[in-house]
Amino acid sequence: MDYQTIRKKIIDIIAEIAIDEDLSNLDDNIRLREQLDMDSMDFLDVVMELKKRYRIEVPTEDYMKLATLKSCIEYLGPKFAVSPA
Amino acid sequence: MTKYDTVIIGAGMSGLAAGIRLAMFDQKVCILERHKIPGGLNSYYDRQGRKLDVGLHAMTNFARQGERGRPLTKLLKQLRIPYEQLELSQQNFSRIVFPAHDLAFANDPQLLIQDIGKHFPHQKDPFARLLDVVINFDDVNLSNKPQSAKEKVREIISDEYLLEMLFCPLLIYGSAWENDMDFSQFVIMFKSIYLEGFSRPRNGVRTIISLLIEKYKQAGGELRLGTGVKKIDVENESVTGVTLDSGESIRTDKIMSSIGLPETMNIVSEKSDRPAVGNMSFAENLLFFDKKPVEAGIKETIIFYNDNDTYDYKKSRDLCDYRSAVICLPNNFGTDDYDEGLIRITFIANFDQWNALDRKTYLQKKKEVCNAALSLVAKVIPQFQAKLLYHDVFTPKTINRFTGHFKGAVYGTTEKVRDGRTGIKNLFICGTDQGFLGIVGAMLSGISMANLHCLMNGEKA
Repeated sequence: MDYQTIRKKIIDIIAEIAIDEDLSNLDDNIRLREQLDMDSMDFLDVVMELKKRYRIEVPTEDYMKLATLKSCIEYLGPKFAVSPA
Repeated sequence: MTKYDTVIIGAGMSGLAAGIRLAMFDQKVCILERHKIPGGLNSYYDRQGRKLDVGLHAMTNFARQGERGRPLTKLLKQLRIPYEQLELSQQNFSRIVFPAHDLAFANDPQLLIQDIGKHFPHQKDPFARLLDVVINFDDVNLSNKPQSAKEKVREIISDEYLLEMLFCPLLIYGSAWENDMDFSQFVIMFKSIYLEGFSRPRNGVRTIISLLIEKYKQAGGELRLGTGVKKIDVENESVTGVTLDSGESIRTDKIMSSIGLPETMNIVSEKSDRPAVGNMSFAENLLFFDKKPVEAGIKETIIFYNDNDTYDYKKSRDLCDYRSAVICLPNNFGTDDYDEGLIRITFIANFDQWNALDRKTYLQKKKEVCNAALSLVAKVIPQFQAKLLYHDVFTPKTINRFTGHFKGAVYGTTEKVRDGRTGIKNLFICGTDQGFLGIVGAMLSGISMANLHCLMNGEKA
């Protein structure tokens, strides 16, 4: 799965969690927390949505790998490749 | 037999919020509520075509749409409820009225800062320091240890009169302790009342409850009203299920109980410790008039009244303690959705004394409470001259009957369990006794306990 496809899937999840945010100008290299009103509770939701939609499991110790869009895509790429959903 | 991932006891604000989180992530979840009407401590009823709300007078923690990092916007995001669905309208302003001083506050903290400067000029800088401490304190950290708020605030605010005035609204709007509160709770309350402030959803508490229920059902959650839990079934110190009042058994992996810690431990099948029951209960008057307060030029939304230089927030020695009261004027929010004038007056009350009365005396005493409330209106807002159309009074006994809280203790036990753990495996608590306060606090409690214990299995993110 290519970079843009995964990026879109992640943005779709964030859009559902952060209803009031503008997601059109996100910088892939800047921490999501700094660009959006997201805290640890919201990152839990990203993790839960990944599990719900794609049966992708993210263990607690890997949460920091979801810090930027770029790190999300790099970390989740191999997981999407084997996702049953 | 069906087996649930999580059974939630109680369909109040915290139970419903927890339920939404779990159902949203595909857990098989069922909320069991003994009462026919959901809402718990913040509920409603109808009398003679009038809509009556019980519980909090206003929603605390006001935040504007999209305002970052606020408890209200956080919880709406977690529940995925759009902000505008609450249709919030803000308070005009509120007042703390003591014999020698009078402080006004509104949703912009500048009004309070200015009034403190006027009435307590020597406390202007200390108050600025207190604001600093409050803003920088991590009040929702689940591992904070209890400590006396008065002791800590006294280190900063040297004028006892000001200290008593500042504590008055915070104590009566959320303290299970008498004459003091835990510092974390003080900070939560301080932010929620003095920095963020009061608002009201259109049509009051009903709007919030119906939004929560709609969201919960949409997500696939099951809600059973009129279904009381008689017993929490525990084997080898681990939860197996619940037994209902009807005798029916339900199996579940986990239980999230929102009915209070002593009330929860009381129905655990394997006997365990009985936590302390709080002493603070209240009697409330709902007075409907043929005129609205604003017609007499009264614009205050809530008045915290105290007839003494110190504020005695403790269990009443008599049926009610008339030395202090909260006077809430629900017409005086940005939008007024009542046809008539309404005044709600809350007195500190004594559960045991109300509970001991025979029916005839009970009804007669309720009438006396109403008379005391009317005299207070005449004293505090004498310019308001109106005809009483209808009134109802509820007492600590009423609260006990409809919420199940022992001794009608609205703010629950004096020993909060901030991490929600009970000592029994897979039995957790949320709501009042977890220690987050008010309607917003209750919902955040449900959300954070569901996240921690049922979605993340107790691991911290």
